[in-house]
Amino acid sequence: MSEPQSALGNPVFEGFATVREIGPIGMITLRATLSAPVLAKALAGVGLALPAQRRILRQGARAAGWMSSDELLILLPHSEVPEVLASLSKALQGEHHLLADISDARAVFRIEGVKAGQVLAKLCPVDLDRLEPGELRRSRAAQVACAFWAEDDGFTLISFRSVAGYVMGLLTHSAQTGSELYSA
Amino acid sequence: MSTRLASGGRLIDRKTTQKFTFNGTWLSGFSGDTLASALLANDQMLVGRSFKYHRPRGILASGPEEPNALVNLGRDDRLEPNQRTTTTPLFDGLQATSQNHWPSLEFDIGVVNNYAARFLPAGFYYKTFIHPRAAWKHLFEPVIRKSAGLGRAPKDRDADRYEQAYAFCDVLVVGGGIAGLQAALSAGRRGDRVILLEQAAHWGGRAPVDGDAVGGMAAGDWLTAALEELHALPNVTLRAACTATGVYDHGYVLAAESLADATPGDGRPRQRLWRIRAGRIVTATGAIERPLSFAGNDIPGVMLAAAMRDYVVNHAVSPGDRTVIVTNNDDAYRTALVLRDAGLAVPVILDARPAPAGPLVEAARARGIRIEAGRAIAKVQGGKRVTGVQICLQAGEGAVLEEISCDAVAMSGGWSPVVHLWSHCGGKLNWDDRLSAFLPDPARPPLNHDGRAMVTPAGAAAGIFEPDAILTSGEVAGADPDSLGEVQDELLARQSVVVPPVWVMPQGARADLRAKMWLDFQNDVKVSDVQLAAREGYESVEHTKRYTTLGMATDQGKLSNINGLAVLAQALGEDIPQVGTTTFRPPYTPVTLGTLAGEARGEIFQPLRRTPVHGWHESHGAYFEPVGLWRRPYCYPRSGESHADAVKREVLNTRAGLGLLDASTLGKIIVKGPDAGRFLDMLYTNMMSTLPVGKCRYGLMCNEQGFLSDDGVVARLDEDTWLCHTTSGGADRIHGWMEDWLQCEWWDWKVYTANLTEHYAQIAVVGPKARALLEKLGGMDVSKEALPFMAWSEGSLAGIPARAFRISFSGELSYEIAVPASQGLAFWEACLAAGAEFGISPYGTEALHVMRAEKGFIMIGDETDGTVTPLDLGLAWAVSKKKADFLGKRGMERNHLSSPDRWQLVGFETLDGSVIPDGAYILAEGSNDNGQRNVQGRVTSTYYSPTLKHGIAMGLLHHGPSRMGEVVEFNKTDGGTVKARVADPVFYDKTGEKQNV
Repeated sequence: MSEPQSALGNPVFEGFATVREIGPIGMITLRATLSAPVLAKALAGVGLALPAQRRILRQGARAAGWMSSDELLILLPHSEVPEVLASLSKALQGEHHLLADISDARAVFRIEGVKAGQVLAKLCPVDLDRLEPGELRRSRAAQVACAFWAEDDGFTLISFRSVAGYVMGLLTHSAQTGSELYSA
Repeated sequence: MSTRLASGGRLIDRKTTQKFTFNGTWLSGFSGDTLASALLANDQMLVGRSFKYHRPRGILASGPEEPNALVNLGRDDRLEPNQRTTTTPLFDGLQATSQNHWPSLEFDIGVVNNYAARFLPAGFYYKTFIHPRAAWKHLFEPVIRKSAGLGRAPKDRDADRYEQAYAFCDVLVVGGGIAGLQAALSAGRRGDRVILLEQAAHWGGRAPVDGDAVGGMAAGDWLTAALEELHALPNVTLRAACTATGVYDHGYVLAAESLADATPGDGRPRQRLWRIRAGRIVTATGAIERPLSFAGNDIPGVMLAAAMRDYVVNHAVSPGDRTVIVTNNDDAYRTALVLRDAGLAVPVILDARPAPAGPLVEAARARGIRIEAGRAIAKVQGGKRVTGVQICLQAGEGAVLEEISCDAVAMSGGWSPVVHLWSHCGGKLNWDDRLSAFLPDPARPPLNHDGRAMVTPAGAAAGIFEPDAILTSGEVAGADPDSLGEVQDELLARQSVVVPPVWVMPQGARADLRAKMWLDFQNDVKVSDVQLAAREGYESVEHTKRYTTLGMATDQGKLSNINGLAVLAQALGEDIPQVGTTTFRPPYTPVTLGTLAGEARGEIFQPLRRTPVHGWHESHGAYFEPVGLWRRPYCYPRSGESHADAVKREVLNTRAGLGLLDASTLGKIIVKGPDAGRFLDMLYTNMMSTLPVGKCRYGLMCNEQGFLSDDGVVARLDEDTWLCHTTSGGADRIHGWMEDWLQCEWWDWKVYTANLTEHYAQIAVVGPKARALLEKLGGMDVSKEALPFMAWSEGSLAGIPARAFRISFSGELSYEIAVPASQGLAFWEACLAAGAEFGISPYGTEALHVMRAEKGFIMIGDETDGTVTPLDLGLAWAVSKKKADFLGKRGMERNHLSSPDRWQLVGFETLDGSVIPDGAYILAEGSNDNGQRNVQGRVTSTYYSPTLKHGIAMGLLHHGPSRMGEVVEFNKTDGGTVKARVADPVFYDKTGEKQNV
């Protein structure tokens, strides 16, 4: 068995913010009626709670993010995916739902530093000053879909795996030292 | 002559000298100069030639309205044409060349046009060059293009980088003069999130130059205090050197920020495009001084009066020793005072008004400056620079009363508020008779989503010119825009500024004078041209603009529009408001294309989608082709091998032994739920609900019109889960299509979908030795019994979790193996390593195409083009006759689509073995009403078949399937034809034995 590889092999770029491709990170998509009591129970069974609209709720190494009115994104260590999938699947038996491992459909980036938000402000049409704590923001980075949230003095951004190189290129271009948008 | 004054210069630093070249000559200026002020300081008054007549032109203005002084800035990969010297900051090493002259600026052959001006009237190319028709293309157009035109287009790739950025605010204030600063202060004090933009590098607008008292303080002191307070407000962002270029719906504003224009190569982006979403917008964009229309008003040395005092006060540059001032308003008197203060001579002020009065007039009179009321300039004397003026009565026809020698003329025809941004989204204008200007009508603003005013004008942009009134106007615009209309009316009524209309000087000027009065300096449009257009029947200002080219140059008529339409109104005998303005469109000033493109160039010009094996393809010399945003290997040429030979080898190797294809780009969509079967039965033309678990089925999707839209193999994963494979290009579209139907039409059906395309690498293992390879990799039973044709199973291969589909797009024994993308490359390499003994070789999309064509398999996008139905392609077997409904069913039943007269799919074998050209038509007898040859069909796929060793093709032919064996003719690109026999489209292994072993 070979080790799972992230899309880019974890390059790092140091500019006025630090950009890193991280992962592979486990991701599960869960589509279901979010208000169903059985869903909350199923989430609790894997140590998670239902996030509010447009929020991401972290519990240790795992997190659940609200993607749409009937879709959650579960983040977890890559190796725990089969176990959590099985547990959720069992708990949701009888309830109309869809569970799928999408870990490898995605690339994950960290943008870190005091000015990390300025990197995103060049790429995403998002009012970052109004980004709430724990908000999971689905947007776009220039020409491709992305989602991001603030976490640990920076942002975590996910994109589709096939465009990981493009997204790294965007982030690198936007984080060049000297191109800061604001002095602080 | 123009020169640097010994002292003064608000913006320059005399300790920092900066050297630059103009037309190859080294000159020097100071830090803080603009290119224009530095040129003037070096007595470079002649800076360009005009567009049409190649007349000598000098610097006219001091801001973005400059029509004449445009240069090619930089060179090679940093060359940018049409750059305004007046807004270009000087920097050490700057290189500029003048435009539109040949062979040199000083001596220009094109100036002969000047003497032939009577043959180049308004609309000359519509008149002169109509006959003979052929001459336009071959003679007139090339000559005109050579003699006209402004700067040279750069040839090299732009060396600089650019970027975009998004910003959000409650109030966006455009313009950093007194009005804008006050608006930002009042909105900022209320706690609004404010962005304040100023196009220049300095704050304060005209106030520091004009020296008015503001709010009881000296302008400079007020400015310092205001900036200090604004900088201290955390909710206010100030950005200088940033021009708001356009206002769009819903408070969306584009602004271009200059970052490294003056420090090329410093590593920063040269410019940045701001994409701002504002709750509302305050336009404190000031006003632009208008030229006066007198003969010779374009001769170098004639300058706008306010621009002249800008150069004196800001840059300590004197445009001339003796300056005649000509005006119809008080403001130009400031220039007389400034020139006098600088020790320069003002021999006379020619005031077109019969009885000028007021504090500025009195101040000039008190200084002993000669003021001539009711006088005008009959003609400016001089060629490449002003040598004097002839004076006449404004009321007369131009009889010369007196000649005065001078080396500069300062003119002021009043001020036009900058209403561009107000107007971009539909703000309406009123004509103000007192100011002789169009002003924003507060009652008819551009509206926001909520019906409220999206744009609020303030200060001079609203026609308010007196400092304390400007303060009030800014205050109200920033804090209380709803009451603005009322306040503005009151401020306008109170102010003493009056500008009487003076559109032609002298008002009864003779024809020879009118033919030398420039309206549009950049496009060489004169008073006589607009009058001619009116005589020829042009009544609409929009038509006149296009006929005469008035206002169509890179300055978009900033100086010429009002004068031009006033002349037109006069010629038509109408009032100016009846004639109206042309439409104000973004951008306010030209924006470099690189800035608009932002980061989207080079590697990140557009997203390039890569499969997990992409890097391997690259490092193994794959020749790529674009498939959507993916790049897929077309073939893998070996050294010295042509692409055609590589394809041939890949096909033969796969058919005889073992091939490997990266099929990761195929769409993979999970559809799950109690209603999933029902849903798929609606989406596909055939039945999917009956597919047994563990099996695969090929399916077709149509749009509602009944045209084929996508195809692919569907696998049933469990009782309520299906996996739908789509075409590579169709994955996102079909997923969207599914969600569209689920969310909008069948919202009560219990179905969920997930697009897992990128989660899997999908590798096709193809050829007679495919099973042997998988058995060698080991981990799951891939025997015919355990995994028969059109079945799938799950397990692991080479230690990697895998799902194996027994499906074939080549006609060979074939498995498509889906593995997690994170292990896709590992699986690919494991296959290559283990397959070496079987002679494995990867193959690209062209070999895939050849093999599928040999088998008669259709390809979406080749056999289909949005007008082809499954029935056209002989796929009736895949269109259910039992289902009550499916998408496209009713469409297909329409009489045109169900007609037996349609072109239908057949195969073709050329008689001579050659390959039919792509896109060839099948000829029919006779020709149509347009004299075109009749056709009866066309080729859809055409290849050389290495397996059969001759050309094969598929195509659509009228009544095709009933014409087997018939010989038809295809046209060729060389004009000849090629004969081909109509055949079964399945050329290879018609019984399908090879894929089913």
